[in-house]
Amino acid sequence: MVDVLNALVVLANFVVVPGIAYGSQLALGALGITLIYGILRFSNFAHGDTMAFAAGAVILVTWWMQAQGISIAPLPTALLALPFGIVATVLMLLFTDRYVYRFYRRVKAAPIIFVMASLGVMFILNGVVRFIIGPNDQRFADGERFIIRARDFKTLTGLDEGLAIKVSQGITVVTAVGVVIALFWFLNRTRTGKSMRAYSDNEDLALLSGINPERVVLIVWIIVGILATVAGTLYGLDKTYKPFTFFQLLLPMFAAAIVGGLGNPLGAIAGGFVISFSEVTVTYAFKRVVTYLVPEAWAPDSLVQLLSTDYKFAVSFSILIIVLLFRPTGIFKGQSL
Amino acid sequence: MNWRNISLFGFVGLMLIFVGFLQSWSVAFSLINLCLLSSIMALGVNIQWGYAGLFSVGTMGFVALGGVGAVVTSMPAETEAWQAGGLQVIGALVFAALVIVGAIQIWKRMAPGRRRTVSLILLLVVGFFIYRYLFDPAVEAIEKVNPAGAGYLGGLGLPVIFGWIVGGLLAAGAAWLIGKISLGLRSDYLAIATLGISEIIIFIMKNEDWLTRGVKNVNGIPRPTAYEVDLQVNPGFLDWANWLGIDPVTLSSLYVKASYAILFVIVLAIILWMSEAALKSPWGRMMRAIRDNEEAAEAMGKDVTKRHLQVFVIGSAVCGIAGAMLVSLDGLLTPTAYQPLRYTFLIWVMVIVGGSGNNWGSVLGGFLIWFLWIEVEPMGLWLMNVITSGMADGSGLKEHLLESAAHMRLLTMGAILLLVLRFSPRGLIPEK
Repeated sequence: MVDVLNALVVLANFVVVPGIAYGSQLALGALGITLIYGILRFSNFAHGDTMAFAAGAVILVTWWMQAQGISIAPLPTALLALPFGIVATVLMLLFTDRYVYRFYRRVKAAPIIFVMASLGVMFILNGVVRFIIGPNDQRFADGERFIIRARDFKTLTGLDEGLAIKVSQGITVVTAVGVVIALFWFLNRTRTGKSMRAYSDNEDLALLSGINPERVVLIVWIIVGILATVAGTLYGLDKTYKPFTFFQLLLPMFAAAIVGGLGNPLGAIAGGFVISFSEVTVTYAFKRVVTYLVPEAWAPDSLVQLLSTDYKFAVSFSILIIVLLFRPTGIFKGQSL
Repeated sequence: MNWRNISLFGFVGLMLIFVGFLQSWSVAFSLINLCLLSSIMALGVNIQWGYAGLFSVGTMGFVALGGVGAVVTSMPAETEAWQAGGLQVIGALVFAALVIVGAIQIWKRMAPGRRRTVSLILLLVVGFFIYRYLFDPAVEAIEKVNPAGAGYLGGLGLPVIFGWIVGGLLAAGAAWLIGKISLGLRSDYLAIATLGISEIIIFIMKNEDWLTRGVKNVNGIPRPTAYEVDLQVNPGFLDWANWLGIDPVTLSSLYVKASYAILFVIVLAIILWMSEAALKSPWGRMMRAIRDNEEAAEAMGKDVTKRHLQVFVIGSAVCGIAGAMLVSLDGLLTPTAYQPLRYTFLIWVMVIVGGSGNNWGSVLGGFLIWFLWIEVEPMGLWLMNVITSGMADGSGLKEHLLESAAHMRLLTMGAILLLVLRFSPRGLIPEK
C-alpha cells in the first residue's frame, strides 16, 4: 500500500503538478488564439510574441516596483504589476488593429491576407521586445518559492518520495481558474458577451440585429490582451522569461486551440490540458513509478520512456497534425474552413 | 522585362557594388552568394504560393532536408559505423515503414468499427516496440564508434554537386508524404500543419545523431570549388595574384566565393528558366486557374488535389536544392541553426515583396530582402551612433541602444512586409 502511495506521489510530483501548471498556461494562450479566430476569423501568428511583449511589460514594471521596495511577499511582485502590463498590451493590440488589421477588415480581405499581416506584426513585435528587453533570460520572480517542499512533504507524510509544489504553479492554477470563470461569465451572462457570441456565430445576422462590429472587435482585443498578459506572465514566473520561448510556444498553443476546436473557448481549455499532459507523459521516464508498483524482481532496467525529452515539442505538433487529419474541427466542434 | 524592372535589378546590383567599395569585396561576394540562394528558395515558395496559392509555411523543413541530402551524398562513409549497425538501422526503418503501410491498409480495407480500431492500435503498439527493440541498440552502436569525430553513418563520398540533386530529391520525397497528409487542409490549417511538420523535421535532425550527428554538427563537407589553402601554394595562382597586385590570401578567398557564385548563378538560371517555361505552358495556366477559382477548375475536370500535390513537391524540391547548396557553401550542417523566422518567414517576405506569382519578382525579392537582412544591422548601428552621439559616454541608455541595433532587422522586415501588403499587395514586380 505504501508502495502504491509512493508511486502516486512520484507521478504527482513529476507528471500531474507540472502538467496542470503547463496546461493552464497553454489553455490561457489558446483561449486568446481561439477568440481571435472565432471573432476576427484568422489565425494570429503574432500571439506568441504578443505574450512575450506582455510579459516583458510586466517585467519592466516589476523591476521598477522591486527597486521602489513595493512588494506583496510572499506572493511575487509580478502579480501587482499585472494590471500595468495588461494596459500596455491592450494599447499595443489596439494600435496594431487600428493600423494593420482594420484596413483588411474594411476591404474584406481573404483570411490568408490577415495571417500574413499577423506575420508582419510578429516580426515587428519580435524586434520590439528584443529591442526593449533584450534576447536573454530575465529573472523577475521573487517572494516565497515553494508552497510545499519535497523534504517537508516527506516528514509530514512519512513517505519515501517527496512532493514539491512551487508557488508559481499554485498561482498559475488559481489565476487560470479565476480568469476562465470570469471569461465564461462574461461571454454567457453579459449583454456584450452575448453579442460577441452572436457575432462569432453569424456575422451578417449580428450586424442586422444592430451589433456594432467595431465594438465587438475592440472588446475581443481587450480580452485577448488580458489573457495574453496573464498567460505570458505566469509562464515566465513558472519557467523562465526569454522572448524566443514564447515564439516556440506558438505551435503548442495552436495545437491546443485546434485540438479543442478553433473558435471554441471550452475546447481551447481542454486542448491545453490534452497537449500538456501528452507532452509530459510521453517524455517522462516511468522507471521509478513502475519500480514501486511491480514486485522487486520485475523492476525495469530501462527508463520506461516512450520518447526522449528532446521530443517534447514534437509530441504536441504530432498531436496537432493527427487531429487536423482525422478531426479537423477538433474534439469539440469548432469552426472549420 | 521592362525598364522599371531592369532599374530595380540595377538598383540592387548597385547596392552590392557599394558594399564592395565601402565594406569589402569579400563581404559583397558572401552577400551575393546568399542572395542567390535566397532567390532560389523564394522561387520554390513562389511555385507553391504564387502559382497554386498553397499557403505552406514549411520551407524551413525542406531547406534542412536538402542539407541532409548534401551530407549523405558527399561525406565519406564511416565503414566502422556501418558495420556496427548501419544495416540494422535501415532494417528498423524499413520495418517501421511497413508497419505504417500495414496500418494504412487496415484503415482502408477493414470495415469501420471496434475491430478495426483494436487491430490498428495493436499493430501500431506492437510495431512500435519491435521497432525500438531493433533500432535502439543499432543506434547506440553507431554512436559509440568514434563519437568525437564521427558517431554517425557518414555518406556515400560522391561529389557534392550530386548532393544538390539528392537534396532536392529528398525534399521532394518528404514533400510528397507531407502533401499526401496535409494538402486536404485549407489555408490557415495548412499553414499551421506545415509549420508543425517543419519543426518536427528539425527535431528529428537534432536528435537522430546516427544520421546528422545531431547537435554535434557535421563539418568539413566537401566543396565543389577549390580550397583557399591549395590556391595559396599553387604557383600559377601566385603568379596571377602577383600580376593583379592583390594579396594571395585575399584573392584566394575571393576566388572561392566567386566560383561558388558562378555555380549558384548557373543553378538559379536553370531553375528560373524552367519555372518561367512552366508558368507559360498550359500547365502554368491550369495552375493559375486552380489558384484563382478552385471550384471552377474542378468543374472543368481538373484534379485539384493531384495538381496541388504536384506543385507542392516541385516547390519543395527547389527549396531542398537551395538547402543543399547552402550547406555546401558553409561546409557545415548545423541542425540548431534552422529557425522558422530565418528559413520560412523571411523567404515568404521575399516572395511577397518581390511579387507573388512572378518568378523575376521572387529573384528580386530574394536579393533585396537578403541584402537588407544583412545590411540593416550596420545601418542600424550607424543610426544608433548618430542618435546617441549627443549622449554621455557610458550612460546606460546609450549602451542599450547600441546593443539593440542588432534587432533592427526583425523590425525592418516586419515593417517592409506590412507596408508592401498594405500599399502594394502585388509586390514590386507584379504578376502579368
